[in-house]
Amino acid sequence: MKCIVCMTHVPDTASIIKIGADGKHIDETGIKWIVSPYDEYALEEALKLADEGKADEVTVVTYGPQRAEAGLRECLARGAHKAVHIVGGEKTLGDSLAIAKVLAAALKDREYDVILVGVKGVGTDNSQVGQMLAELLDLPHVSNVVKIDWNDGAVAVEREVEGGHEVVESPLPAVLTAQKGLNEPRYAALKGIMAAKRKPVEKIELSALGLDEDTLAGADATYNVRSLELPPEKAAGTIIQGEDDPQAAAAELVKLLHEEAKAF
Amino acid sequence: METSVGEQYEQVRDLVVSFCKKKIAPGAAKRDQSAEFPSGILHEMGELGLFGIFVPEELGGAGMDLMTYLMIIEEIAKVDASIAVTISVTNSVCGWPLLHFGTREQQERYLRPIASGEELGGFMLTEPEAGSDAASLKTRYRDVGDAFILNGTKAWITNAGVAKTFVCMATKDPSLGAHGISAFILDADQEGVIFDKPEEKMGLRSSKTGMVTLDNVRVPKSALLGREGQGFSIALATLDHSRLGIAAQAVGIARGALEEALRYARDRRQFGRPLYDHQAIGFRLAEMDTEIAAARALLQEAARAAMTPRRHSRESARAKLFASEMCNRVVASAIQIHGGYGYSKEYAIERMYRDARVTTVYEGTSEVQKIVISRALKQAAESL
Ligand SMILES: Cc1cc2nc3c(=O)[nH]c(=O)nc-3n(C[C@H](O)[C@H](O)[C@H](O)COP(=O)(O)OP(=O)(O)OC[C@H]3O[C@@H](n4cnc5c(N)ncnc54)[C@H](O)[C@@H]3O)c2cc1C
Repeated sequence: MKCIVCMTHVPDTASIIKIGADGKHIDETGIKWIVSPYDEYALEEALKLADEGKADEVTVVTYGPQRAEAGLRECLARGAHKAVHIVGGEKTLGDSLAIAKVLAAALKDREYDVILVGVKGVGTDNSQVGQMLAELLDLPHVSNVVKIDWNDGAVAVEREVEGGHEVVESPLPAVLTAQKGLNEPRYAALKGIMAAKRKPVEKIELSALGLDEDTLAGADATYNVRSLELPPEKAAGTIIQGEDDPQAAAAELVKLLHEEAKAF
Repeated sequence: METSVGEQYEQVRDLVVSFCKKKIAPGAAKRDQSAEFPSGILHEMGELGLFGIFVPEELGGAGMDLMTYLMIIEEIAKVDASIAVTISVTNSVCGWPLLHFGTREQQERYLRPIASGEELGGFMLTEPEAGSDAASLKTRYRDVGDAFILNGTKAWITNAGVAKTFVCMATKDPSLGAHGISAFILDADQEGVIFDKPEEKMGLRSSKTGMVTLDNVRVPKSALLGREGQGFSIALATLDHSRLGIAAQAVGIARGALEEALRYARDRRQFGRPLYDHQAIGFRLAEMDTEIAAARALLQEAARAAMTPRRHSRESARAKLFASEMCNRVVASAIQIHGGYGYSKEYAIERMYRDARVTTVYEGTSEVQKIVISRALKQAAESL
């Protein structure tokens, strides 16, 4: 089998996010970038197939700026065989359809049995690229996948639904979106990190796919960020001094919980 | 350590930091209390390539440079100094001499299983009567034609009972002094290798250290490391290398302590403001930070020297001396900042304080480092 894993490079979930000067993007200074955790589940599933001898090729694909190559190297270090880097994406950030169009254009002539994608990219959290990609490539699609049984030319997949799991069968090739719980991603071994330096990263310009970022982000845009806002800062807590008169303090607390916090 | 490092350096750091956070940090306090050896975690670390960090890839190692190795030890020590020493001893005092003095066959047989993460390693120099004065060791070997027979007692051996392969120093005749000493590769499963129960230590409690009795241990001729009589110089060269790892461990512990102190100084309020805003505390933190940076710079200088072919005893001794003494000052300051709470096992700093203590003792006490440095100075004085 040949597996394709789509990867997006996102700010570390532990980063402190600040909004940039334009009010529409985050300020990238000092941000550490990581492979989106949901894509890690997607990759791990493909690597497990390779470990079991069921997959002979795992290719990781990203559409992202230059720095996203580090994310590809991380995937190669964990064991992916090849990487494809479609360079760009700063202007189409968050536009799921634009991203899916780029990925579809890059993947349509490749050989694959399955495309694994994280259920969402951490940060923008749109949960759309996998479905859109499947539609553009005219492939079946199963989302929110937490377990996969690989059969000949088909998969039986457990997907997370409200309150339980649903088992779905699909022919291959298909697009599967990986949800938390699918597996536990491995670490790259040191040897893998060294080996990754020698593995190929194929660079593709958007123009080679007949696409152009200005059009994707301009005339063809389906998504427009008006503004980004941080959640309001938590108000400071109130401390009721109660050492001298605990009964009065308790009464005051009950009053505040009732009248201000409306807790009951 | 940003100097002349391979491009993989930051990627490896991310990996190690993430592994430490997820797998090592959570149980560190509990392992310290129970003195439990973390076999499961070490197994995973072996698989990641952390037992043969600078062993070339063709021998099953990770093929990283010295700077990367030291960064790894530092990052591990920051969260768990016990695991840091277990890893450092395996890579350094065992792996390094096998790599530098072993024949290709010895490397295939003994180093490859370590480098590929299957086994831990160790080093047997110290004896009950021979500590700082290691050349006075009494463990004897005798040539019986097809093998050597070893007899004696080794003390304070890290990874005793958990490692498979040890580099072991023994003498043909104690009256020959340093020249009588040879280095052997010892298999822990050989008959006559008897591990005593582990020492009850003040710190590094989840690393294993113990006495080893060698009772007529039959070592094949093929397990002589280097030439006969070369053992003491192998030991000294090994220590020149391994002391860098201990310096890195000390820097790591100190960084961990500074972080604990900073967190505490931020959150604890006295006299109406955070401790941090009392200038005496802020200044103490500033000194800790500066000392750590100085030790690190010294370590980098020593590591650069170690990456050249020339001997670097003085540089290594300086780095180990300063980093370990610095580490003890920094953990003591961190306790002071914690006040009474630093004296409680509830706070990680209490463990760090105990773990730090041994860094000025093992792999050559501070006094021994000063002997090494002053000898080098005396030599230099001759050509003034
Ligand atoms: C946790 C731990 C792990 C260890 N792991 C290993 C290991 O894996 N392998 C191994 O071989 N050893 C190991 N050691 C042994 C360690 O290297 C020795 O403890 C150390 O070298 C000091 O020897 P000693 O304890 O016999 O002290 P001594 O040599 O008896 O020293 C006692 C004191 O006298 C001082 N002193 C001695 N001679 C002089 C002098 N000439 N001038 C001034 N002061 C002097 C020392 O500096 C020290 O302060 C370990 C020790 C510990 C505690």
